[in-house]
Amino acid sequence: MWEKKPFLFLILATAAMLVGTIITMVLPFVWVNTEADRIASVSPYTPLEQEGRDIYIREGCNNCHTQTVRPLVAEVLRYGEYSKSGEFAYDRPFLWGSKRTGPDLARIGGKYPDAWHTQHMAAPTAMIPRSNMPAYAFLGERSLDTGHTRRKMEVLGFPCTDEEIAGLQGKNELDAVVAYLQKLGSDIPWRQAAQTRVVGELTNPYLGDSSVIAEGEGLYDQHCAVCHGKDLAGDIGPDIQDLDMADAELYQILYNGLPEGGMPAFDSLGSTRVWKLVNYLKYQKRH
Amino acid sequence: MDKPVYNHAIVRSFVAWSVVWGLVAVLVGVIVSFQMVLPELNFPPYLTFGRLRPIHTNAGIYGWGVGTIFAMFLYIVQRLCRVPLWSDKLATFQLWFFNITIAASAVTLLLGYTTSKEYHEMEWPIDVMVVILWVAFSINIIMTIVKRKEEQMYISLWYMLASIVGVAILYLVNSAAVPVSLFKSYSAFAGTNDANVQWWFGHNAVAMALTAPPLAMFYYFLPKSTGVPIYSHRLSIISFWSLIFMYLWTGAHHLLWTPVPDWIQTLAMAFSVMLIAPSWGSVFNGYLSMNGQWHQMRENYLVKFLILGITFYGLQTLQGPMQAIRSFSAFIHYTDWIPGHIHMGTLGWVSLIAFAGIYYLLPRIYGREVYSIPLANLHFWLVLIGQLIYSVSLWIAGVQQAGMWHSMENDGSLTYSFMETMIEMYPYWWARAVGGVIYLLGLGVFIYNLILTVRKGKPSDDAVGQTA
Repeated sequence: MWEKKPFLFLILATAAMLVGTIITMVLPFVWVNTEADRIASVSPYTPLEQEGRDIYIREGCNNCHTQTVRPLVAEVLRYGEYSKSGEFAYDRPFLWGSKRTGPDLARIGGKYPDAWHTQHMAAPTAMIPRSNMPAYAFLGERSLDTGHTRRKMEVLGFPCTDEEIAGLQGKNELDAVVAYLQKLGSDIPWRQAAQTRVVGELTNPYLGDSSVIAEGEGLYDQHCAVCHGKDLAGDIGPDIQDLDMADAELYQILYNGLPEGGMPAFDSLGSTRVWKLVNYLKYQKRH
Repeated sequence: MDKPVYNHAIVRSFVAWSVVWGLVAVLVGVIVSFQMVLPELNFPPYLTFGRLRPIHTNAGIYGWGVGTIFAMFLYIVQRLCRVPLWSDKLATFQLWFFNITIAASAVTLLLGYTTSKEYHEMEWPIDVMVVILWVAFSINIIMTIVKRKEEQMYISLWYMLASIVGVAILYLVNSAAVPVSLFKSYSAFAGTNDANVQWWFGHNAVAMALTAPPLAMFYYFLPKSTGVPIYSHRLSIISFWSLIFMYLWTGAHHLLWTPVPDWIQTLAMAFSVMLIAPSWGSVFNGYLSMNGQWHQMRENYLVKFLILGITFYGLQTLQGPMQAIRSFSAFIHYTDWIPGHIHMGTLGWVSLIAFAGIYYLLPRIYGREVYSIPLANLHFWLVLIGQLIYSVSLWIAGVQQAGMWHSMENDGSLTYSFMETMIEMYPYWWARAVGGVIYLLGLGVFIYNLILTVRKGKPSDDAVGQTA
């Protein structure tokens, strides 16, 4: 019957496809991005952040970076609080990505100071020795094109003042990208909640053990030297040649970071290696 | 009975152009695979991984995949309907407009005009072109079927028609956007909704562009190549309807563990597992058609391509549902396993069937025998080895990286930083790049064989009446 009537066949085939389409693609609009999803602290992008987001899209950053943290133990430990629907209400298009050649960026906002991002974007391997990220130095040499900014904000329905538009003068594309990155995940007060609560006494398992110093030095070179300098004398971060604090206190700073000071948390190194770093740093103290 | 005069000129042109775009796709693919291991091969602003990768995927899916589909459909529809194309002019327009659209896509993507939506990166002016192109193609196929002399519509035509409708629905919905300027638009949907629409599109583009059309080719070329009919018509019917019904439910298996509502994820997972049945219906139909014909694997190089192709389809449709299971997805998603999976489908399934189709067509559209069967066999082994090195190295890479990502110390802290897991990927990425180069060599042998067939092939008696 349908094998002999092409139009009947087309109608039946369309109907077969529409069932799943309506249930799994059309219906969800009833539940998603509604009041129930709303997170009060999540705000729309500023003109600078939105321009940065558009450059992120233009350069195809989403081909290597995801922007959604899954509710899995290791993932929450590595990146922070898992993603909620309401966080993305202003994202057009969404940028969740599908491949992590580089790390997830959903929680990158506030993790590093601006200077870290500026240097890293210009020459990734200078910060992360074996990174395979392309260098985006040229973004710093291009002034931001603001020709469509107002229209963009109108289309998206985001608030936008004349002062904000005027404030874009003299900004380059890299400034915009960094502004966007610093916005990611910073709307939600998740960092304070996620502060690792260490159970029990913090005691240095390597107390007085100088055999781990070499490994600690290797870790320092790989993770710390970019901000504190090869000789601990400071650069983006402060001079740490004469740290005068207890092992447990230093461990807490390394493990949890100092968000307000721009020091990232290094909990992803695991406790063992953080202790080795503590040993190395304490060993450098000049008496 | 008079033999109708079929339009073979248009098929020749589409074959030639799809092969050109296929070469572009693999070439760019090899370039980006080397950029993964040697970041200094990125030349900003235009030639960075972020801008080249969409060119690779779109040239592959639309230039090579859809280009071949156009060639094969325009050929098959005339044969199965026993009438010439409804409109030669429309087909010629379709050819040139197709090439203009693909070229415009490549240029605009290089310039950074992208929507960021995977497999749908082209900005809205290109979307408009794609719609015009698809309408022209659809009208021609449907009208040819309406005017047919063969009462029965064969299996290949069902898949063809389904793909025509499916692609139209998917593409239109996912391209909904508000233009800001000529090359910038914002998606009509926001956040989680946009993600859900995108992957409903993204996954079903695989269904309607990379599954149904190659199946249409398989169901036509396998019996044509072996000389024996398809094993079971009933199995084809059941497989077809269940496939197109179930596929549309599974988009959210790309979004497991994201903020997309849980019930959609669960439905996607359940339907993904169920999809094994219709997929394997076609695989069994292919295998059982070979009953008593397996010696042809040795004697007939076309059968090798077709049977290996359907075998990869079978492997792909087991691996896909496996990845759609929540716990497995939690482990493997976002790693290199995923490109390993998709390349088994594109390099193994879609391309092997397309190669077989083109080899089969050569005598019939050029009136010349294939220049060299040993070269066709060499081509077969090169693309097979290249693809296996590619996929297997990335599966291992994916398992290793996932293991490292999820590894924890006794005190509940993470064992590895992200960079430590990434550095471990380099050897596998090198292997992948080498696999890509071997595949490219195979493609080179294929193109050489094509050119010499056209120039020097022995005249064949398969040639049929041709329009100017």
